[in-house]
Amino acid sequence: MTKKRLLILEDGTIFEGIAFGSDEASMGETVFTTGMTGYQETISNPSACGQIMAMTYPLVGNYGINRDDYEAIELAIHGIVVRELADEPSNFRSGMTLSELLTLKGVPGIEGIDTRKLTRLIREKGPLKGILTAAGEEVNVIELVEQVASYSLPTDLVARVSTKKPYPSPGRGKRVVLIDYGMKHGILRELNKRDCDVIVVPYDTSAQEILALFPDGIVLSNGPGNPENVEGAVETIKELVGKAPIFGIGLGHQLFALASGARTMKLKNGHIGGNHPVKDLLSGRTELTVQSHGYAIDASSIEGTGLEVTHLALNDKSIEGVKSTVYDAFSVQFHPEASPGPEDSNHLFDRFTKLMQTSSGKGNFNA
Amino acid sequence: MPKRQDIETILVIGSGPIVIGQAAEFDYAGTQACLSLKEEGYRVILINSNPATIMTDTEIADKVYIEPITLDFVSRIIRKERPDALLATLGGQTGLNMAIELHESGILDELGVEILGTKLDAIHQAEDRDLFRTLMNELGEPVPESDIIHNLEEAHAFVEKIGYPVIVRPAFTLGGTGGGICYNNEDLVEIVTSGLKYSPVTQCLLEKSIAGYKEIEYEVMRDAADNAIVVCNMENVDAVGVHTGDSIVAAPSQTMTDREYQMLRNVSLKIIRALGIEGGCNVQLALDPQSFNYYIIEVNPRVSRSSALASKATGYPIAKLAAKIAVGLTLDEMMNPVTGTTYACFEPALDYIVTKIPRWPFDKFESADRNLGTQMKATGEVMAIGRSFEESILKAVRSLETGQFGLSLKNGEGMTDEWIEKRIRRAGDERLFFIGEAFRRGKTVETIHEWSMIDVFFLRKLEKIVQYETVLRANPFEYTTLRTAKRMGFSDVTVAALWNTDERTVYEWRKEQGIVPVYKKVDTCAGEFESETPYFYGTYEEENESIKSDKKSVIVLGSGPIRIGQGVEFDYATVHSVWAIQEAGYEAIIVNNNPETVSTDFSISDKLYFEPLTIEDVMHIIDLEQPEGVIVQFGGQTAINLAEGLEARGVKILGTTLEDLDRAENRDKFERALREIGIPQPLGKTAVSVPEAVAIANEIGYPVLVRPSYVLGGRAMEIVYREEELLHYMEHAVEASPDHPVLIDRYLTGIEIEVDGICDGENVLIPGIMEHIERAGVHSGDSIAVYPPQSLSKSMLATIVDYTARLAKGLNIVGLLNIQFVISEGQVYVIEVNPRSSRTVPFLSKITDIPMANIATKAILGQSILAQGYPAGLAPVQDGVFVKVPVFSFAKLRRVDTTLGPEMKSTGEVMGKDTTIEKALYKGLVAAGMEIKEYGTVLVTVSNKDKEEMVGIAKRFTDIGYRLLATEGTAKAFQEAGIEVETVGKIGSAGPTLIDVIQKGGAQLVINTLTKGKQPERDGFRIRRESVENGVPCLTSIDTADALLRVIESITFQTEEMGKQL
Repeated sequence: MTKKRLLILEDGTIFEGIAFGSDEASMGETVFTTGMTGYQETISNPSACGQIMAMTYPLVGNYGINRDDYEAIELAIHGIVVRELADEPSNFRSGMTLSELLTLKGVPGIEGIDTRKLTRLIREKGPLKGILTAAGEEVNVIELVEQVASYSLPTDLVARVSTKKPYPSPGRGKRVVLIDYGMKHGILRELNKRDCDVIVVPYDTSAQEILALFPDGIVLSNGPGNPENVEGAVETIKELVGKAPIFGIGLGHQLFALASGARTMKLKNGHIGGNHPVKDLLSGRTELTVQSHGYAIDASSIEGTGLEVTHLALNDKSIEGVKSTVYDAFSVQFHPEASPGPEDSNHLFDRFTKLMQTSSGKGNFNA
Repeated sequence: MPKRQDIETILVIGSGPIVIGQAAEFDYAGTQACLSLKEEGYRVILINSNPATIMTDTEIADKVYIEPITLDFVSRIIRKERPDALLATLGGQTGLNMAIELHESGILDELGVEILGTKLDAIHQAEDRDLFRTLMNELGEPVPESDIIHNLEEAHAFVEKIGYPVIVRPAFTLGGTGGGICYNNEDLVEIVTSGLKYSPVTQCLLEKSIAGYKEIEYEVMRDAADNAIVVCNMENVDAVGVHTGDSIVAAPSQTMTDREYQMLRNVSLKIIRALGIEGGCNVQLALDPQSFNYYIIEVNPRVSRSSALASKATGYPIAKLAAKIAVGLTLDEMMNPVTGTTYACFEPALDYIVTKIPRWPFDKFESADRNLGTQMKATGEVMAIGRSFEESILKAVRSLETGQFGLSLKNGEGMTDEWIEKRIRRAGDERLFFIGEAFRRGKTVETIHEWSMIDVFFLRKLEKIVQYETVLRANPFEYTTLRTAKRMGFSDVTVAALWNTDERTVYEWRKEQGIVPVYKKVDTCAGEFESETPYFYGTYEEENESIKSDKKSVIVLGSGPIRIGQGVEFDYATVHSVWAIQEAGYEAIIVNNNPETVSTDFSISDKLYFEPLTIEDVMHIIDLEQPEGVIVQFGGQTAINLAEGLEARGVKILGTTLEDLDRAENRDKFERALREIGIPQPLGKTAVSVPEAVAIANEIGYPVLVRPSYVLGGRAMEIVYREEELLHYMEHAVEASPDHPVLIDRYLTGIEIEVDGICDGENVLIPGIMEHIERAGVHSGDSIAVYPPQSLSKSMLATIVDYTARLAKGLNIVGLLNIQFVISEGQVYVIEVNPRSSRTVPFLSKITDIPMANIATKAILGQSILAQGYPAGLAPVQDGVFVKVPVFSFAKLRRVDTTLGPEMKSTGEVMGKDTTIEKALYKGLVAAGMEIKEYGTVLVTVSNKDKEEMVGIAKRFTDIGYRLLATEGTAKAFQEAGIEVETVGKIGSAGPTLIDVIQKGGAQLVINTLTKGKQPERDGFRIRRESVENGVPCLTSIDTADALLRVIESITFQTEEMGKQL
């Protein structure tokens, strides 16, 4: 028996659709992604913590869920909105359906709504707070709209998704300490592929503890939410800069910028999807990148920080990458590890491993 | 990088006539390219032999040459125009091959003409099987085990090593001409032999068959700065083994995970970077459904049919940007023309599903081999957009205009299970519908997957559609059921059949219930950015994005898929009509479903609705747009057929009224009208039974022309000479009954004349009159047409002008009309009047510089011909002679008889123009692909009735030094006339027969008129097919032979001994 479900947004817009996944009601920030493949990676990306994600591609679940394509073991996403859910997937690796996974992980989904209407709404108004809840006679919509409107988005997202304890992912190569602000497995996969000896540490690990692991390099991972909400991170990074080569990704990139003295700002329209062109100012080439960010570095704050802009979003010219002019440190706003999405900028991991090799001792290469 | 400043003039090579494998998509690509180069300030010189195209309009390029695309003629143009550069990657395989030929001839080096875009060595590397394989090996990319073979022995050796099945792919042919899959030795001999013949380099690739793999395509672009993107990927519903042009295709891919998607994306980009492609490129891959294993199948280093599809599927104009890349611009400095605010260096995101279904010519060619393999057979295609796969494919099905509105077959219930299984196991044009029938019989997804290798994802969707038929049947007039059905794409016709009611009732009830579609925008970005493109598709969702403007609007109905009898010429007229509507101050709205065409380029009209051309789909658009009216006379029979249903629902048909359209098309009403107007037509009557038919034929006298009363494009029309033939026809071709009468007309032998005219209700403008080379009886679309007429007296011309004007006014034509006359024994008879745009409209418009579709549209909108600045009557005759020569695709359609008759068979046309008819014909024939040799051997086998005429022709052939070969009867006739001839054995006779002669290349030309009987076993048929299979021109009409002879005579000299009178 199909169950009805509602998506109620803070502006009073209501979508009625069919429920799938968990029966729990759930609140979050409603955003959309334009990726046409990669829903398993997208919904398991910890950066999606607290979000209700609408998929603009109308058929979702076609190839099921497999054991390999997770970006995190637990799902941090708060809800999923699709036009049509595939209940009988077709792919040789498929082990279960998307709905089965969501039920197992306690995430609600809604299908059968006009997702393009929702997308256009979000494009116009920016991300909207929303609730996924069961439909029925007893539902008091007005009350729910008020509840959604007064809901304040959590600020402890990183704490929710970061690992509680450090753990190793051993290799025979360079020692990399990876600070987990909400790390995608893809980053770890790329480092392991390059034989790095990785130790993943919680987001609030102190600089002393990190340096005591004798890193050849430090990676600041991606993660959810506003960089200003990540307590202590900026101070820690400040202490780490210059001690070992640093590579920041996503939230890690924003934190690196803050630590360098720049500012960040919220974008009206965040970038989520796998088709965002970014111009690499060093090579002159434009690459298609994967992005999932609602915040960006404020370009006007770059001057005097010792940072140089290395990457620009082709379309809105927002900053997509910086490097330190003083230290062996660079960061990008997008996801070079892809998963999902185009792997055009995968070579940045090579840049980082090379930096670890060439860096004289502690990263102050330019000195 | 800024655009090139060092070049000024660019020569663009078009793709020539429409043939199977190369259709309207290159008019679309070429038009975009020329306009885009002009936009950048370059001087554009265009050459294309196909007059029925938009790209050969003088507005599209600075200079337009409608000349044969051959080394000889293109070289002449290069010498004359001295272009700085050449762009050949937008003219299909024809353009590419021409560029290679030009390069090899040395003229490009000599005159310093640079080839723009993808360089020749890259083209070679992609197209030459050996070089390509070597490159793939270097890149470490897998290709199926294969070998290049140059003869049959090598082919046998390969199969011994690899085993069957193997695929044969001839090198440098378009649409896989001459290729196929071999399951045994017999197949191997046949297919390899023909493949080697078709390959200009006598080379075939033999390849291990990977049938059953998923077939995936990536449309990619790269610029000189090495930016590379994927515009669109597509998944063929049919697994590897069916030519992609013959496959049902979904975009984007449906069953690949992101890992598979990115893996194949990386491969595609790696390949185009290695090749150094500058522009568009198509990469075809095969993916194992059970692992990450994949193979590269093929790379097309140019824009293609798939890129036209990808452009329409995403909104991203590949050809336009490819042309700009060719002059040095890079993707990251050009804007995405759809959004206008984002850059072209970007990969479109779709928020809908696109389905393409090919349109095959088997309704015309019933005897043709309908199996599908590596040789493409479709003439055209339809595309549909939906928010579910079900909606998308069902919309595509009803766009095909095959009378099908759902997944069912005519007489499907009566078929045996074995037959259905067989037709699913072996891919054919109707497989989709056989699958529907199999589901209706309870066959499981697993079973059908085993039979067809089609991915279970697609099969489940098809199964859902069939299963929902049961739900619908059980719930008549139930809101939720109907809404769900509409979201699944069910047509009202299907719903009505399941509810035992009529379509209109369903439509009305549905509207009352508020179940109506909304229109969503195709914007390349899934709604992420705002876009201004007026490109819409209908779907059953909440929010409508198509807002009716305040401006008065007119809707033009397009002509749907390219098929035999309805080609690119109707798209030409549609586009011109749109421009005229805009000039007249209205908003022009197009409805069409053909992704290959210029009319479905969103920049042509004010609004484009990419929708099926059915009453239901068109009515919804009309309900929303509330236009002043609908124009149906430019969209061929497709649009005309909708007129009645639209008017019945209160829509205003602009131009000639429905009643008058009917008067021209309905046999009885037409006869009555002719009597009133006082214009003679050949004697004829209607028969509803066999005895009646025989009696009528005896009364009016043989030969007679027979056809069913409602007939499109000459379908099932035949000329019969004897009673036994009539009986055969009545038994096999038609079933005469009071509901299905058969028309029997006196067949008049004589000159056929074709006229196009424009009438505003008051005055009639006749841009020109054309005379056909082939006498009446050959379909006008298959005849060579000559402008101006060569053999008509002044008084005869005056009669034709007078009749045309009287017919136009008598039939109350407002807009275009096309008339065919026959002149028999000095008397002019009218054979047919088409109250609409015709095949010859672009041809005549281009010759006379009278924009016929434009004037007609304005006349329809109320502006008189005189007010538009044109005089009434016959326009002044132009200098020179212009011929329109039909082009056929027989080589691609096995078992199709090539004989010309009342049923149209050609797929395209070319124009030849020069100062004399001989020169014009020469160009026309050469442009149509005929090699005209100054000497050689003609093989003649003609029927008794043609022998007398043939003697004269034969004599002339020997006079210019040709050798004659003939079968016994024909040879005897020649010998009696004192003509030297060598006799060859008939089929089945002892010793070498004429078939051996043809196969061994012993004849350069075949003239064959043994036409009677349509059974393939007949000798004439064998001879004609052998000629086609062996690439020898075969003429089936004495008139064509005469024309060809005149051409050869004009380029050679006679050698006569002294003492004789010349």
